[in-house]
Amino acid sequence: MAAQPQSQPTSTRKRAAALISGGLDSMLAAKVVLDQGVDVEGVNFFTGFCVEGHTHAIRRKDRSREKRNNALWVAEQLGIKLHIVDVIDEYKDIVLNPKHGYGANLNPCLDCKIFMVNKALVADVLGRGYDFVITGEVVGQRPKSQRADTMPLIAQESGAGARLLRPLTAHNLPPTLPEREGWVDRDRLYGFHGRDRKPQMALAKSFGFSDYAQPAGGCCFLTDESYAGKLADLWTSRGLRDYDFDDIMLLKVGRHIRPASHYKLIVGREEGENNFLAGYRKRFLHLTTLSHTGPLTLIDGTPDADDLVLAARIAARYSQGRTADEVSVEVHHLSGAIEELRVPPLAPTQLEPAWQLGA
Amino acid sequence: MTAVHTLDARGLLCPLPVIRIQDRVKDLTDGAILEITATDPGVMQDIPAWCRVHGHRVLDCEERADDILVRIEVVRE
Repeated sequence: MAAQPQSQPTSTRKRAAALISGGLDSMLAAKVVLDQGVDVEGVNFFTGFCVEGHTHAIRRKDRSREKRNNALWVAEQLGIKLHIVDVIDEYKDIVLNPKHGYGANLNPCLDCKIFMVNKALVADVLGRGYDFVITGEVVGQRPKSQRADTMPLIAQESGAGARLLRPLTAHNLPPTLPEREGWVDRDRLYGFHGRDRKPQMALAKSFGFSDYAQPAGGCCFLTDESYAGKLADLWTSRGLRDYDFDDIMLLKVGRHIRPASHYKLIVGREEGENNFLAGYRKRFLHLTTLSHTGPLTLIDGTPDADDLVLAARIAARYSQGRTADEVSVEVHHLSGAIEELRVPPLAPTQLEPAWQLGA
Repeated sequence: MTAVHTLDARGLLCPLPVIRIQDRVKDLTDGAILEITATDPGVMQDIPAWCRVHGHRVLDCEERADDILVRIEVVRE
């Protein structure tokens, strides 16, 4: 049975920002503090790498699945406001120059958490003047950012100091300001640690939460090996560690095939992706199949005439004419000129595994 | 006369339409109507969810041939 909220007089109620990812831990952390009578508001940062929403929107096969923004859904379940903050531009520096390095892939988890805690509380991007900030972190749960030695670093480097409360693992850490001041009761916080999810699931059950998101790879594409591989390839091929929003969106879509360092193909996998890629036709040299139904293929880079023949053969390989002797492919140049190539589709065995990025 | 404002969120994928609405609504007064056009089907769930969370009212949510039209009324506490 969930504890009843402990009411505090409105004038003395403390206000907390809860970082809400849409997953279970941040939901529970906010709920634990909310139930102690604190005025909690959710904050969700949109970095551009969030798994939430995008892929579902693009891929037609997912369209029958219910689409929901899990952070908004969590806020609704908790009865709190949720502010979604666009940090796409600022976040670039975190991804490109993480002071504390990357995790298993290109995930700068420690710098990311420092950034978000700082933004929500210290920089106060929402101008809400929160008294403290809540996260769903648990000591020992993540190999990089949620360790006993790195968690104090987040409090310190974000500038939040003792105003950073982790309700789910508070008993493993020194008392924070909200606990010392009696804004929250430390005895009603928790001492979860490690990767075992059972305590969180039991707490969820006690609150009556049964339908919650538990994304296997977390909420960020940067933790995904395939995605990180494509991003690293982008940097290598350009000789520059940089990206813009369209770059990181396109890495979420289609097959990425790089037959040579100076160009790559992005081949739509189904109608939803083809429609999405169509929005980029004016900015990329692209291929369409004429004689058979086939994908839209964008070409990023500077292919020469021979490269275009190979690219056309690859596009043909993913068309309905994959077993035909010849497929007619239109090359749409950036000048607006259209060139027709008649090519034999590439045999599956001719598509080098090394060309297939993130596969 | 109720002020009607418009927001073009076509081509934006969720949650960007909601973020643009959030930024726009900050400057609108109680009772103002905001008409949003979007193309990401996710807005059919996300905009009503955002409105429920913040206490605003969804007046219409209509899937049209080429886009989606959502009309909301700003409610100030």
